[in-house]
Amino acid sequence: MSEPLIFEQSRPGRMAASLPKLDVPEKPLSEILPQKFLRKNPPHLPEVSEVQLVRHFTRLSQRNFCVDTHFYPLGSCTMKYNPKVNEKVASLDGFAHLHPYQPEEDAQGILQLMWEMEQCLREICGMSRFSLQPSAGAHGELLGMMLVRAYHQSKKRSPTRVIVPDTSHGTNPASAALSGFKVEVVSSRADGVIDPDSLAAAMNDDVAAVMTTNPNTLGLLEKEIRTIADIAHEHDALMYYDGANLNALMGICKPGEMGFDIVHLNLHKTFSTPHGGGGPGAGPVGVRENLAPFLPVPLVEKDGERYRLNYDLPRSVGKVRSFYGNISVVIKAYAYILALGSKGLARASRAAVINANYLLSRLKATFSAPYGERCMHEFVLSASNLKEHGIRALDIAKALIDKGFHPPTVYFPLTVPEAMMIEPTETETRETLDEFAAALVEIAQEARANPESLHQSPRRAFSRRLDEVKAAREPRLRWKPE
Amino acid sequence: MDFVPQTEEELQRMLEEIGVRSFEEFLEEICPDLKCSPLNLPVFSSRPSESEGMSEPELQEHMRRLAARNVSLSARNSFLGAGAYDHFIPEVVSALSSRAEFYTAYTPYQPEASQGFLQAMFEYQTAICELTAMEVSNASLYDGASALAEGVLMALRTKGGRSRVLISSAVHPEYRTVLKTYLKGSAVRAEELPYEDGITALPELERLADDQTAAVVLQSPNFFGCIEDMERACQIAHARGSLFIAVVNPVSLGVLTAPGEYGADIALGDGQPLGNELSFGGPHLGFLACTESLMRKMPGRIVGMTEDADGERGFVLTLQTREQHIRREKATSNICTNHALNALRASIYLCCLGKEGIRRLAELNLQKSHYLFDRLGKVKGISPVFPSPFFNEFVVRCGVPLARLNNRLAKKGILGGVELGRWYPELKDCLLVCVTETRSKEQLDEFVAAFKEVL
Repeated sequence: MSEPLIFEQSRPGRMAASLPKLDVPEKPLSEILPQKFLRKNPPHLPEVSEVQLVRHFTRLSQRNFCVDTHFYPLGSCTMKYNPKVNEKVASLDGFAHLHPYQPEEDAQGILQLMWEMEQCLREICGMSRFSLQPSAGAHGELLGMMLVRAYHQSKKRSPTRVIVPDTSHGTNPASAALSGFKVEVVSSRADGVIDPDSLAAAMNDDVAAVMTTNPNTLGLLEKEIRTIADIAHEHDALMYYDGANLNALMGICKPGEMGFDIVHLNLHKTFSTPHGGGGPGAGPVGVRENLAPFLPVPLVEKDGERYRLNYDLPRSVGKVRSFYGNISVVIKAYAYILALGSKGLARASRAAVINANYLLSRLKATFSAPYGERCMHEFVLSASNLKEHGIRALDIAKALIDKGFHPPTVYFPLTVPEAMMIEPTETETRETLDEFAAALVEIAQEARANPESLHQSPRRAFSRRLDEVKAAREPRLRWKPE
Repeated sequence: MDFVPQTEEELQRMLEEIGVRSFEEFLEEICPDLKCSPLNLPVFSSRPSESEGMSEPELQEHMRRLAARNVSLSARNSFLGAGAYDHFIPEVVSALSSRAEFYTAYTPYQPEASQGFLQAMFEYQTAICELTAMEVSNASLYDGASALAEGVLMALRTKGGRSRVLISSAVHPEYRTVLKTYLKGSAVRAEELPYEDGITALPELERLADDQTAAVVLQSPNFFGCIEDMERACQIAHARGSLFIAVVNPVSLGVLTAPGEYGADIALGDGQPLGNELSFGGPHLGFLACTESLMRKMPGRIVGMTEDADGERGFVLTLQTREQHIRREKATSNICTNHALNALRASIYLCCLGKEGIRRLAELNLQKSHYLFDRLGKVKGISPVFPSPFFNEFVVRCGVPLARLNNRLAKKGILGGVELGRWYPELKDCLLVCVTETRSKEQLDEFVAAFKEVL
């Protein structure tokens, strides 16, 4: 049952909003604005009643898988449970209804929260200072690359290359290129991790930074990360940490102590803030002491008992967005850190790693597990063993939807054919993991016995399989009346 | 409270089932020399020791106390605007966008499991196209300032080889800073056009625009609230073969000429005024719309309409070959996570207002700001600064040190406006005053009376 577009439900003259009456003497529009500035054709926004609006968007909401209704093991996205209390506290009037240009005296509570959040993130990551400004992980990466440039320029150098491993997130090379660097890819070793020898061979003084995540996107710990950092630092290249996978490491290891110089975090992953159907997230960036002068303005400082915004950073790279960051996201992540405490954060990471290894142990006989039987918080399977039956990772993903599970990330990382990247997170029960494993085993059996039926999946989803090729060839990106 | 369902005993059993005796043994096996210093979150005076974490009641109490240390706009008669606007948000916007089915989902990589959000984004794109009178919209960016940077990068990609960007000095100062920050790694420099009478000096644009200019950027209403002659500026840009980028306040488009009507190539701005909380500056959303010919140069997620295997209408993420997860370093942008939930709020808000509501809302803003402008103009010591027409913000010169003035107004619960000297030294005794539909006549009169008293 499809839901008509809200535009198709429009009838002239209806309106859901209740606007206040004009309570000041009305001036003729012509006295206020010259005719040439007046809009000629009004925008055709839907004209609907409030109940139509409510039913429409409620129905749309019901046509989605989400963490609150479904297991959502999307690899590298950390779809953990989003505690309800965090939504409540972030919506308190004293936080939500604050203007960014209010005087600092009006904002002492939020500035204190931002300052304390910075102290927490410093400890979790072993870094010196954090900017809360970036809006998402990729935005943090972009800022990180700007910091890399500023660092080298301060030393009167202009190296042109950034090295990324072939398993890196797509945002890594995109962010480096957007910042004007040439991207160089190093191949991973057969065991899935960076080969220090290949890295050493690729290194020279033209390398500005090495960007990587740890554990990497295969869910494997970069065991020789300290050696890798030493190699980079010998050439005065900076080590950049993509924090997408930090959920594996809290209380176990700190990026700063692994040799990283710059990190970004994804508060919407590790720190449980909801993903919002694709955002907003938040991507704070942390740095070592020597890079702190380059952070964007403003930083929050504490003077005695007073908190203030510090714009006096003459070597700052500037700003990557207006105001101070996605503050309500920061509030939720702060509440999460306080609720868990040091012990709880460590336990969350430990349980995330145990859940992933447990699930891997239930699936390694059914699919090919190219990188062995141990992982950190996520793992990558290959469905290539089902290719001879004409079944691909995409078919398995669609069949999972019919069984009531959100599919894992598929076809990533690019180094694994028919990849399925599975991240269960710590907030799932063992029973859910068992049910998910059973569903995948059943699908694999079906693939051998009756592959054609899998090509027909999904059958019970909100739509049958969608034609993405047609969408790209004949783009219809907005509704128009027939 | 760590939200891990498994007890320690259960975790231990799971460890044994994967073949290790303890978590320490597991770590030792995969990486013998991993160990770092223990995690010890700092203890702040504001709360007790937290290595155990706070219980939910303790947490709620702590957060309430922090929130109470702020003075929200609910307790202020506020005239602050300058890029973030206090509009009334109908309850239906929060009620619907706070449905967990929306906010606990992620980017719809598997369209068959995400038809609801995809359709909502398709409707958002349609609403933005209608509002801006442009042909194509993406599914949102982070905020107005970064949307401007993305818009300029898009223009540079389109006009390959051209290396100049002209931007009005009446564009929001933070937007200009962000643009310059984004451009630091390239050879492109953003050159600023001066303003005169509160609007961009178009003769200067005539003089400076050349065949190396990739884009011309003006904002209307601009940072001073003044309405620019966008049609003329657009003509000048097009005469040099440059793209014209219009930065707009979406609410103003209820009465003001839309970017598509005056020929803009790219229209963008901050969507916060459309049903999004101020939240001390974020999260808001950036919107970006363009002409059809620029469609494939766009940054960010885009939703398209298609058909499923039964021929039924459905929605998918499309034109993905522009994007980082496919193109990596050749992508049109590095954006992955955008601001979908804020875009959803904007869409619900626009549907709530509808065609008639957006016009009435814009007119309320226009009428009320002009009422206050006229009344303030009669106060001795206050003078209007710019003669140009404005929407819901205007600049007044006060002739006294503003810090003291604003302090005295604050004692009366009034936030008198944003001080402009921080960005425009020549306007150091000037306030940018914003009036939305949320200010009643009584509050406007109170502001005027307070001004008379403190000046």
